[in-house]
Amino acid sequence: MMEVCNCIEPQWPADELLMKYQYISDFFIAVAYFSIPLELIYFVKKSAVFPYRWVLVQFGAFIVLCGATHLINLWTFTTHSRTVALVMTTAKVLTAVVSCATALMLVHIIPDLLSVKTRELFLKNKAAELDREMGLIRTQEETGRHVRMLTHEIRSTLDRHTILKTTLVELGRTLALEECALWMPTRTGLELQLSYTLRQQHPVEYTVPIHLPVINQVFGTSRAVKISPNSPVARLRPVSGKYLLGEVVAVRVPLLHLSNFQINDWPELSTKRYALMVLMLPSDSARQWHVHEMELVEVVADQVAVALSHAAILEESMRARDLLMEQNVALDIARREAETAIRARNDFLAVMNHEMRTPMHAIIALSSLLQETELTPEQRLMVETVLKSSSLLATLMNDVLDLSRLEDGSLQLELGTFNLHTLFREVLSLIKPIAVVKKLPITLNLAPDLPEFVVGDEKRLMQIILNIVGNAVKFSKQGSISVTALVTKSDNRAPPDFFVVPTGSHFYLRVKVKDMGAGINPQDIPKLFTKFAQTQSLATRSSGGSGLGLAISKRFVNLMEGNIWIESDGVGKGCTAIFDVKLGISNESKQSGIPKVPANPQHANFAGLKVLVMDENGVSRMVTKGLLIHLGCEVTMVSSSEECLRVVSHEHKVVFMDVCTPGVENYQIALRIHEKFTKRHQRPLLVALTGNTDKSTKEKCMSFGLDGVLLKPVSLDNMRNVLSDLLEHRVLYEAM
Amino acid sequence: MDALVAQLQMQYRNYTASLYQQGFLDDQFTELKKLQDDASPDFVAEVLSLFFEDCVKLIGNMARALDQTGTVDFSQVGASVHQLKGSSSSVGAKRVKGLCVTFKEYCEANNYEGCVRCLQQIDIEYKALKTKLQDMFNLEKQIVQAGGKVPQVDN
Repeated sequence: MMEVCNCIEPQWPADELLMKYQYISDFFIAVAYFSIPLELIYFVKKSAVFPYRWVLVQFGAFIVLCGATHLINLWTFTTHSRTVALVMTTAKVLTAVVSCATALMLVHIIPDLLSVKTRELFLKNKAAELDREMGLIRTQEETGRHVRMLTHEIRSTLDRHTILKTTLVELGRTLALEECALWMPTRTGLELQLSYTLRQQHPVEYTVPIHLPVINQVFGTSRAVKISPNSPVARLRPVSGKYLLGEVVAVRVPLLHLSNFQINDWPELSTKRYALMVLMLPSDSARQWHVHEMELVEVVADQVAVALSHAAILEESMRARDLLMEQNVALDIARREAETAIRARNDFLAVMNHEMRTPMHAIIALSSLLQETELTPEQRLMVETVLKSSSLLATLMNDVLDLSRLEDGSLQLELGTFNLHTLFREVLSLIKPIAVVKKLPITLNLAPDLPEFVVGDEKRLMQIILNIVGNAVKFSKQGSISVTALVTKSDNRAPPDFFVVPTGSHFYLRVKVKDMGAGINPQDIPKLFTKFAQTQSLATRSSGGSGLGLAISKRFVNLMEGNIWIESDGVGKGCTAIFDVKLGISNESKQSGIPKVPANPQHANFAGLKVLVMDENGVSRMVTKGLLIHLGCEVTMVSSSEECLRVVSHEHKVVFMDVCTPGVENYQIALRIHEKFTKRHQRPLLVALTGNTDKSTKEKCMSFGLDGVLLKPVSLDNMRNVLSDLLEHRVLYEAM
Repeated sequence: MDALVAQLQMQYRNYTASLYQQGFLDDQFTELKKLQDDASPDFVAEVLSLFFEDCVKLIGNMARALDQTGTVDFSQVGASVHQLKGSSSSVGAKRVKGLCVTFKEYCEANNYEGCVRCLQQIDIEYKALKTKLQDMFNLEKQIVQAGGKVPQVDN
């Protein structure tokens, strides 16, 4: 009897070998199906980015179920129970479900995956393109650097040849040129001459006419122009079998002149001269001129133009400097020659003067002696004429020598004290004889305030007055002559004074000589003072004279810090000669010529000299008194300014006042004393005693009308010298 | 007698020279001596006694001015110093004059301590000078009594 079992029997009879193979294959399939998801999980976990996890799960499930199906299939080869069949069925059903789902899913996903791939390709292409562009930019930057370096090289030198040579060399290097040449216009401007080349050392001097069409084309634009390699400017070497000449570019280089540069004006169209730069690429290379290379060439050409103009300016200035130096040297030589000439002339004059004077003196002396002897009237007349002529000649020589010395500036005034009143009278007495003969009365007016004793150059002053008065007599035929002398203040020389009466030691003497003679044309007045010039009227011709008198007088007057001029109302209306000179005032009734007596050691001129000493400090008062008593003075002492004012009288010749104590009150005394004694010769001399010797103290004293300043403590010798100077000159601002 | 005179004169010379060297006196003193002659035989002594009286008076003034409680009137002190400076320079008292200069600076700077210090120093100095000059005059008297002549000592 057959057991009823719930087993399922396989459809086919169990063939042993085939069964075995199926069994094994199923096993391996299951294994593979199980390991695939494991592998997937493993790798996905490893990668950071995987957007399709859900798909993965699905796919995993599908695979796992397939694997499970195959695995369970292993059990179905032999007789198996119903449960196994159930499980198998379930597995298969599930597998079917999941597979269908996955199949549906994949419809969406696969296009996506494919597109990822296309995007990747696209990006790769883009990257390749950018790389290419980078390469280009780099090359451009390189060329830019080259330009800068080139410019720097060109502009770093001011030598024209270096500039041009450097340009060609650098351009050749940067652009890897075969040949590079520069054509400069000739002097005539009609031809271009090959001046510089890169490769050839000694270029043949060869020229091209400037008006070729190709050249005009290049000169017509500021851009670099491609020209044919066969044009005359590009044919620099003999064609040596290379049948593919490299491309040639030419550019103009403006040659700028100084006159082209105006401040707000760029020299675009005003330049006429250009040079031509020709650049050749290597032959037999496939290289072509790129835009950026041509731009580089244009830039370089401009820079070269500027550099050349700088070099030109430098050359100009160097030439100018050399010229100036030459002129300097020439001037120096000329100056030295002039100096030598002047010295030679002076030597000559000095020698001649001496040589001429000696015989003159002999003539004058002997003629005078002859005059003293017994003579017949005719002889006397002859001797007198001889004397007069020789005196005239002597005067002339003196005049000439004086004038040359005056012009050199080597003449110095000889100062001395003299009597002004006497001087005038002397002059008049000299002129009177001639005036009497011509029947011209002369009058002399001396102003009442004219000082009697003055300090100045007596001899020269007399010469001036004599000359002027002599001229007046000479040029007058009738009328009278008046000589007036007065004191005047020159406007621009007034010292800052507090008082009306100038207490300074100088004054300006004004002398006016008026005549009613021939008069002078106002137009001729300026010429009067020039040497050797004389107005040409007949009246003057006959009176002789060399015309030097006024010139010399003017020089002397100038030396005495004065002015001389002539006023005239016209021809026939007479004229007035006026001059101002600066003279010093002296108080001593000394006569000029007597040398100064040195003060006796002890009681010199101060015997009985009444002085007043004002000092608040008892001790220093006593010391000063002792000093003055020792010198023989009669000293009165006061200790305050009020007392000083009360006591001071015209008997006191000198007042010493101590101004040490700070404050201005002490100086006020000086003012009060000036007020008290209005007549200059009654006022005592005022001397300040101070411990301060700076300029401000001195100025202060001067401004308050003090006649001198002394530094305390005063030594005996100092006091003695000071007193003698003071009494002689009435002023003392040097002794400190 | 002559030996004594010579010895006294030598002593006098050395003493006077030392006064110059130590800076007690300067050239002004020499000038002062020049002014003494037969007409005024005691000139130097008179001037010096006047000077020392002045010192006493002025120093007293300054002490009083500095002693005031409250604000010190430096201008008053300065005025006295100025006087003393003038006097000392007139007689050739070198050290006193130098101190006066310093004193004046302190006055202008209103430096109380400096002033007080200077005043004390001046006091000391003038007294020292007085003693020294006293000695010098005594020597002179001794020489004259011994029948000799006072030698000229300028430095």
